[in-house]
Amino acid sequence: MSDETQHFIYKQVKSIEFALFSPKVVKKMASAKVVTPELYDKEGYPVDGGLMDIRLGVIDPGLKCKTCGSKLKECIGHFGYIELARPVIHIKFMDIILAMLRCTCKECSRILIPKNKVDKFISKFAEVEKELGLEGRRRAVREAITAMKSVNKCPHCNAKQQKILLEKPSTVMENEKRLSPIEIRTRLEKIPDEDVAIFGYSPKHMRPEWVVLTVLPIPPVTMRPSITLESGERSEDDLTHKLGDIVRINQRLFENINAGAPEIIIEDLWDLLQYHVTTFFDNEVAQLPPARHRSGQPLKTICERIKSKEGRIRHNLAGKRTNFSARTVISPDPMLDLNEVGVPLVIATKLTIPERVTEWNKEYLKAFIKNGAKNYPGANYLVRPDGKKKKVTDETKEQLLEEVLPGYIVERHLMDGDIAIFNRQPSLHRMSMMCHKVKVLPGRTFRLNPAVCAPYNADFDGDEMNLHVPQTEESRAEAETLMMVQTQVISPRYGLSIIGCTQDAISGNYILTKSLEMGRQDAIDILISAGITNLSKLPRKEKLNGLEIFSVLLPDDFNFVGKSRSGALVVIKEGKLTEGVLDTANLGEGEGLLLRNLHKKYGEEKSIEILGNFFRLGIKILLKIGFSTGIADSDLPENARDKIEEELRNADRSVHELIESKERGELETFPGKTIDETLELRILEVLNKTRNQIGNLVAQYANQQSGTSIMATSGARGNPINLAQMAACVGQQAMRGKRIEKGYNKRTLSCFKKGDLGAAQHGFIKYGFRHGLNPAEFFFMGITGRDSLMDTALRTPKSGYLYRRLANAMQDLKVEYDNTVRDASKKIIQFKYGGDQIDVSKSDGGKIDVDQIIETVK
Amino acid sequence: MLEALKPYKEKLPKKILAELDEKLEKISSQTRQKKIIEAVYEQYNNAKVEAGESVGLVSAESIGEPGTQMTLNTFHFAGVSEMNVTVGLPRIIEILDGRVNPKTPMMEIYLNKPFNKGEDIKKLALAIKETKLVDVTKEFQVNIVESVIEIVLDKEKMKELAITDNTVIKGLTKNLKGFAIKHKGNVIMLKYRGKEEAINEIYKAKEAIKTVFVKGIKGIKQVLPVKRGEEFIIVTAGSNFKDILELEEVDETRTVTNNIDEVGSVLGIEAARQTIINEVNKVIENQGLNVDSRHVMLVADTMCVAGELKGITRYGVVNEKASVLARASFETPIKHIINAALVGEVDYLTSVVENVMLNQPVPVGTGLPGLVTKIK
Repeated sequence: MSDETQHFIYKQVKSIEFALFSPKVVKKMASAKVVTPELYDKEGYPVDGGLMDIRLGVIDPGLKCKTCGSKLKECIGHFGYIELARPVIHIKFMDIILAMLRCTCKECSRILIPKNKVDKFISKFAEVEKELGLEGRRRAVREAITAMKSVNKCPHCNAKQQKILLEKPSTVMENEKRLSPIEIRTRLEKIPDEDVAIFGYSPKHMRPEWVVLTVLPIPPVTMRPSITLESGERSEDDLTHKLGDIVRINQRLFENINAGAPEIIIEDLWDLLQYHVTTFFDNEVAQLPPARHRSGQPLKTICERIKSKEGRIRHNLAGKRTNFSARTVISPDPMLDLNEVGVPLVIATKLTIPERVTEWNKEYLKAFIKNGAKNYPGANYLVRPDGKKKKVTDETKEQLLEEVLPGYIVERHLMDGDIAIFNRQPSLHRMSMMCHKVKVLPGRTFRLNPAVCAPYNADFDGDEMNLHVPQTEESRAEAETLMMVQTQVISPRYGLSIIGCTQDAISGNYILTKSLEMGRQDAIDILISAGITNLSKLPRKEKLNGLEIFSVLLPDDFNFVGKSRSGALVVIKEGKLTEGVLDTANLGEGEGLLLRNLHKKYGEEKSIEILGNFFRLGIKILLKIGFSTGIADSDLPENARDKIEEELRNADRSVHELIESKERGELETFPGKTIDETLELRILEVLNKTRNQIGNLVAQYANQQSGTSIMATSGARGNPINLAQMAACVGQQAMRGKRIEKGYNKRTLSCFKKGDLGAAQHGFIKYGFRHGLNPAEFFFMGITGRDSLMDTALRTPKSGYLYRRLANAMQDLKVEYDNTVRDASKKIIQFKYGGDQIDVSKSDGGKIDVDQIIETVK
Repeated sequence: MLEALKPYKEKLPKKILAELDEKLEKISSQTRQKKIIEAVYEQYNNAKVEAGESVGLVSAESIGEPGTQMTLNTFHFAGVSEMNVTVGLPRIIEILDGRVNPKTPMMEIYLNKPFNKGEDIKKLALAIKETKLVDVTKEFQVNIVESVIEIVLDKEKMKELAITDNTVIKGLTKNLKGFAIKHKGNVIMLKYRGKEEAINEIYKAKEAIKTVFVKGIKGIKQVLPVKRGEEFIIVTAGSNFKDILELEEVDETRTVTNNIDEVGSVLGIEAARQTIINEVNKVIENQGLNVDSRHVMLVADTMCVAGELKGITRYGVVNEKASVLARASFETPIKHIINAALVGEVDYLTSVVENVMLNQPVPVGTGLPGLVTKIK
């Protein structure tokens, strides 16, 4: 197999070992020694022995790498090295150096623990490491030595020990005298391997002297490519800048040492070299000023490249980018199946699927090439067995057509029935990426059935979604069996259907099953327009009721007993809806037991088809009979308005009574509360009660046939309180469970009297939206509105971080073949998943529904 | 147990067995009983998790996704203003962090038989409540000339809390050194015994005295007797599980606290695990969300497998991971990589992210099974 589109993995990384580079290794793996800070010569050609030396890899097209002989993009680059004039401390290991110096003898470099006690301590330190980690162990070693009072005198050679202090960031002081990196290095060199192991370090992977650098590896040019600006100028990478500084100072230091310059000058240069090497590794060291560009913007050096969300690890390694993907705005199309996605023609001609030419499909695939890249369905590329990719254009078409042989791969346009993965961010759960069948449509937006909005959490106010086209047979097969919409119907979160009818589909079916009657002709019209062709179940009657029409969609042998939202029975017998009204309780997402049962009995494929039919029927019913809401929906009869007015007067009166009784001192305080708090609570109670009562009144008197009422009662959208808020009374605006208190001194707004505790003064909105709000009320509403906006804005990042932590902590837990739940190191977390091994997404709301089995087994 | 159920004793989970046992009793026909059990067994088998299922991630998703729908506000307990409870997202974060000191510790103290009838419940509650000296005093005065601190007691409050002068003095003598205590009517006088010029000391002592513990159980900041069903219980703000359980009036089998760490140290890790599950479930229910308890259980189990409470943080569970790269991809990558180099750690690429980083199939789900074949 040598084609480019299919790379087969035949070697696998088994493990990765971490260790430090020794100077020897650095030199050995280097393919060039860097000696000059110059980058390019006059012709713009990389200087030999410079930082852009072509032995370190190539970043210019046309040049060939001197080390491996390959061209740009083929050569991955090679390391070089610099010989440092004087050793320099690696800043990331400063605390390790310090710990080692403090815990070892200044003369003989043995650890300051007497020989006979070492064994005892080793096991103790190992325990500490298990609990507190490597830093903990280091601290424990230090503490043990301090506790033994051998700090002052070496137990091996009786040498007196001095106090060692760190002058941040990288200067080590011993007794007011500075220890140069050379001295530090010689001391570290003398530490025997056994003593290194006491610190918990592996001497094989890390000799302490290696952390004082004598040679510095130079990263390959390919990891610090320069950019050519529009003006033709070259702009070097931050790392190259930094390395240039290091090389320059290093050369100066060399020269000065050789010329026998005074010690002060050499020390200054040495410190400067230390600074440059330190900032080369980490430009955010606390005590150092960060190295900057000429523009003043800090350089991004190695640590900053790795760290944080935009760093190498999280951005490039744990996050991948894909080809063969598309993104555009989404819009609804209920006539699509639930597992279909409408793909615009423009996108379908850009996304391709590779198909291998065989003897049998040669003519079929040739037809695509004949169509070219611009006509649909065509092909964009032809891949030869040797991996050469050829673009299909009008000019090359004829030639390619002749060339095609079995073994070639044709990258043909996306067609109806192809598999694609559809996704909407934030991808919070696995249902945020589902597999759909492609349906190529005119237009410029992705189309999807509104019933699958729920798992994606999508709406059509401008949302965009992504489409990915799997490119191999293996990935397509896997996507189809594991990610298809119908396989994701039951949520693994709670074991019920998350895909269900929404909004209009619910209102429609509610109206249909509640009261509708129509002629046979009309019924057939609706059913056909909803895409239902099997009308054999429609009774041969002139007049049909809603139950009979709905029953057409049900399978013949389906039995079901459930409850509607109002608690009334819903009975389906042998595929006939005999009793009951269908609403969210049975059709909706999350609850819909009807859907759950259909799914269990008829499987994924069929249940999704039935659900699609339910949905379309509901919508078509509304189209037929017309459905709307308007201001008239909030009309109330005269007597209801009187009653509401009365209720409001009562509320006002009782609030005043409460205030007065408090002033008279007759109000009984609640235990543990002050009198004022008690009053506040009582008033709040009264006002909330009033709103509820008005809500009941509105629900009672409002026109039950109005669109708003139907939506509220069927559960399609809104609730009776929303209607009451429009029609009669918005009610108390509460913040943090209390009435509004903020504002001016002792009052909420300057138009009120100080200390007035009345209802209106603290955010009670007396009338409905239809009547309108007065300025004060408007402000109060604005307060609560903004408070809730703030809540959402603050919550999103918090919950996002919690989610990230959870996902990171638990990503490697899986069920093993022995049915235990284990983590990556095979530690048992649970002996049986969830105690009973039940997979939530295969259960009925997390249980096995015994009652239902008893019901059905006869 | 029913005869027909016996062969399934090992095959079905206890909960389903119990449910079947109860419900099948009403069915007389033996054959139908058998049929039902078979059907249940079949369905149970179909509902079992498959090997390789990435249950951890599913649980993380199931808890993380509804996190966006939770509220941030704290909720005020009916009655007492100081008693509010952290609910919603902050509480979930608190629990999963494995924090030792929750923001609002609370206890529900159930009482043994004669005490739970409601008589004297107030007295009992007040006896538990932690009382400090400031709670029962009107004022503190420092007499510099004689270097004496005068404490005026608030008799009314003392009566309310059922505290006598003696208990106050006892508390003082126990907790205060270097003062001579004199008691006169409403006033307690503390004479400084040290050197005279130590005025600073006296002022310092005055502040220290204010928080001297007088009576009750440490940590119980508020008490509220509540009727729960038939009996009375005491709900408290602040928690001291160990000391409360030692009281003889307390029914130690039902009394609970929401401080997970405390439960862990008093009753052990299994109890702590159960408390995590209960507390998380409580929040989820309270927010009107629907999350299967199995997900919460798995999270609680990962937090408790080590034998002690570990939070889902970079110091807790994530730090325990075997893979260097997995730890580095979470937080503080440089620290992890450097430490790995020092000990020569080897990453065997057994979990998910490392393999993602290396563009290799991950060893979960369909990536788990390997194919063994003979090469000719």
